[in-house]
Amino acid sequence: MNREQNLWQFVVEQHEKLLSQIVQHLGLTFLSLLFAILVGVPLGILISRRKKFASAVLGIAGILQTVPSIALLGFMIPLFGIGATPAIVALLIYALLPIIRNTYTGITGVSKTVVEAATALGMNSSQRLFKVELPLGLPVIIAGIRTAAVINVGVATLASFVAAGGLGEFIFGGISLNNSNMILAGAIPAALLAILLDQTIALLQKNSFRSIKKFIWVVPAIALLCIICYLKPWKSKQQFDIGFTPEFMGRQDGDLGLRDVYGLYLNPKIVSDAIMYKAAFEGDLDIISGYSTDGRIKAFDLVVLTDDKKIFPPYDAAPIIKTQTLKRFPGLETTLDLLAGRINDSVMTDLNYRTDYLKQSPEKVAKDFLTHSGLYQSPRNGDGATIRIGSKIFGEQYILAEIYKMLIEGNTPYKVETKTGLGGTKICFDALMADGIDFYPEYTGTGLLVLLQPDLKTVARVSKDSKKTYDFVSSEFVKKYDLKWLKPIGFNNSYALMMRNKQAKELQLKKISDLKNHLDKK
Amino acid sequence: MINLSGISKYFDKAPAVDEISFQANEKEILVLLGPSGCGKTTTLKMINRLIEPDRGSITINGQDIKEQKPENLRRGIGFVMQHSGLFPHYTVEENIAVVPTLLKWDKKKIRNRTMELMEKLHLAGQLLTRLPQELSGGQQQRVGIARALIANTPILLMDEPFGALDNITKADIHSEFKSLEELKNKTIIIVTHDIQEAFELGHRICLMDKGKIVQIGTPKEMLYKPVNDFVSDFFASNRLLLEHKIALIKDVFPFITKDKFGDNIISADASVWDVMQQYSGQNKDLERYDAISKAFNAYRKTQLS
Repeated sequence: MNREQNLWQFVVEQHEKLLSQIVQHLGLTFLSLLFAILVGVPLGILISRRKKFASAVLGIAGILQTVPSIALLGFMIPLFGIGATPAIVALLIYALLPIIRNTYTGITGVSKTVVEAATALGMNSSQRLFKVELPLGLPVIIAGIRTAAVINVGVATLASFVAAGGLGEFIFGGISLNNSNMILAGAIPAALLAILLDQTIALLQKNSFRSIKKFIWVVPAIALLCIICYLKPWKSKQQFDIGFTPEFMGRQDGDLGLRDVYGLYLNPKIVSDAIMYKAAFEGDLDIISGYSTDGRIKAFDLVVLTDDKKIFPPYDAAPIIKTQTLKRFPGLETTLDLLAGRINDSVMTDLNYRTDYLKQSPEKVAKDFLTHSGLYQSPRNGDGATIRIGSKIFGEQYILAEIYKMLIEGNTPYKVETKTGLGGTKICFDALMADGIDFYPEYTGTGLLVLLQPDLKTVARVSKDSKKTYDFVSSEFVKKYDLKWLKPIGFNNSYALMMRNKQAKELQLKKISDLKNHLDKK
Repeated sequence: MINLSGISKYFDKAPAVDEISFQANEKEILVLLGPSGCGKTTTLKMINRLIEPDRGSITINGQDIKEQKPENLRRGIGFVMQHSGLFPHYTVEENIAVVPTLLKWDKKKIRNRTMELMEKLHLAGQLLTRLPQELSGGQQQRVGIARALIANTPILLMDEPFGALDNITKADIHSEFKSLEELKNKTIIIVTHDIQEAFELGHRICLMDKGKIVQIGTPKEMLYKPVNDFVSDFFASNRLLLEHKIALIKDVFPFITKDKFGDNIISADASVWDVMQQYSGQNKDLERYDAISKAFNAYRKTQLS
């Protein structure tokens, strides 16, 4: 691992990937923009002609605009599966409002005298539109397209959640992997693209319609080129559709390990773990990276391929907390340790299943669990200091945060605040170090590979065994960060490759080596 | 020949134009005059269907205007607007060529006709490639007129065509307008609130108030045979000037004392105003000035009696 690598080295090393991500990003942006123009401009014209529809259409476009982008992508998956389609539809929806609104204001803003003159000279409705209203409204319409383009460059970073590619792969991969170079290698080009696009379109907008008439085709031509480049790779169909999270892609105990240790060179799409399982269930993906305790494994009838060459180290969950925080809150450690050893793999999978699939709230699942295991105490409503619990952005962590909250409220006088959904490891860990939160549940494997990042030999030495890993990270964390690993909760949520049970049975795949052999045969 | 009969138009139930009927004859310049809000512009715009009347009918040469598609009707009627109404994104040439382009004339014919009109309207050739906002107000208005004339339509409607111009430019354009041969064969309806302009340009004046026609007649009839106090009051402040302007030398000729005038020939069709104006500047013409003035007063008495 090149720990001392700087941004430039990263970019040079990953330039092929970066270029393809930029092309994907532009392809997504332009394609959605093109569709948004095709839909938005005629709609804008329509409502400028029939004004009674104007408020309704603008209202609906406005409401769509306010739906958070991640949520919108989430809605798209049941409708369009994963890949380019849902991303483009979601981006299109985002681009609609500025385009419709500006077309409408552009056309209705044309001087009444000029429109009357056009009518009086004998132009019919469409001649008036194309010869007078559109040309005169064009600067305003282009301003709308400009706004939409900039919005889309930003939102397109989220396309990586649905395996549509783009610079989001680096950005979210970097956040998960605690790799600032990777984040910047995605974020800087994304920002530059936004600025570049903004300025190019501004140029079109400032120059009058007359002077740009001659070379106005250049811009759509470039856009079209990017779209073609983007769409091309989507046509190739491989034997398996593979989806990995951005985090999995960059890890030794992930795609890198699969290559090095198993010799398994897959060609995965980058996809968010929030949708990966469902996509596998629905057949959009065949092989996914996942977590071994995820409730959706049960829900969607997936099966984990055994890691026969042990590339996935143990991921025992335990709270990590600053030693000085423990001193500040006497009695906290004993309370947190109440959970030690209480949740094994199958219990965790079941708890996850309840939230992920049965759609129970994390509070309810936490309370049911504590009641069932006799740990539940009614809240004391004490007036002690407030403890802030963090959690990463996936189901299991929400449940753990709730369980800890109830334990602390029931057994200590402290108040609790939960800060859930803190992105990936990097965000949680940085928040902990910066005292934004007091503790969060971490996994030994993550601590080892993402946070400590020791040399490969050390990794090989300590990662074969749960206890060794735990001991190593506990002692290193105290030394390095003054952080204490409390006692393990009891389950091991390691990475895993998984596929549909049915398909695995048909192909007789049980171990990762089986997969390798199967692919080599073809 | 344009015929309006029983035309009414309501805006929010209030009548803007109330049961009016009149006729504009072939090759006549008819001026719709009246205070603002009297319904004159609404009346004009109903003739090319920019506004549809609520009641009544309009015919052009006996044909109801509703029988044609509005676009086709409008392409056959020249229209000049108050603030020129030129297209800001078109050059002067393109602006003038709008209607022939719609009518699909060939390019050469459009070009020739444009050049012809540019010359007639005293517009320099290098203006062709300019945009309207680069022209002076007077130039813009001339381009607006050229645009209305280019298709040789037999009818021309003008909505306050010179309203936005300063007095000097207006006077220039008025005299050019009157001398334009192109206009002599057209039926022209002009809307204005400028009394002098009405008298200067109109063969007949249609005075309107509150959506109704108060009086319709020649300028002379307006001054010497007003139908009511509204009409006489309306012209009261400009009366003397107007009377001098509408009286022609040939009208007052019988009253001129010839010995004082000598052999000086003056145009019989010039107005008394113009001739007196000309004489008033020179001391040597003092006697002639007096002679005309006296003759005019004598003529006026006959008119008022």
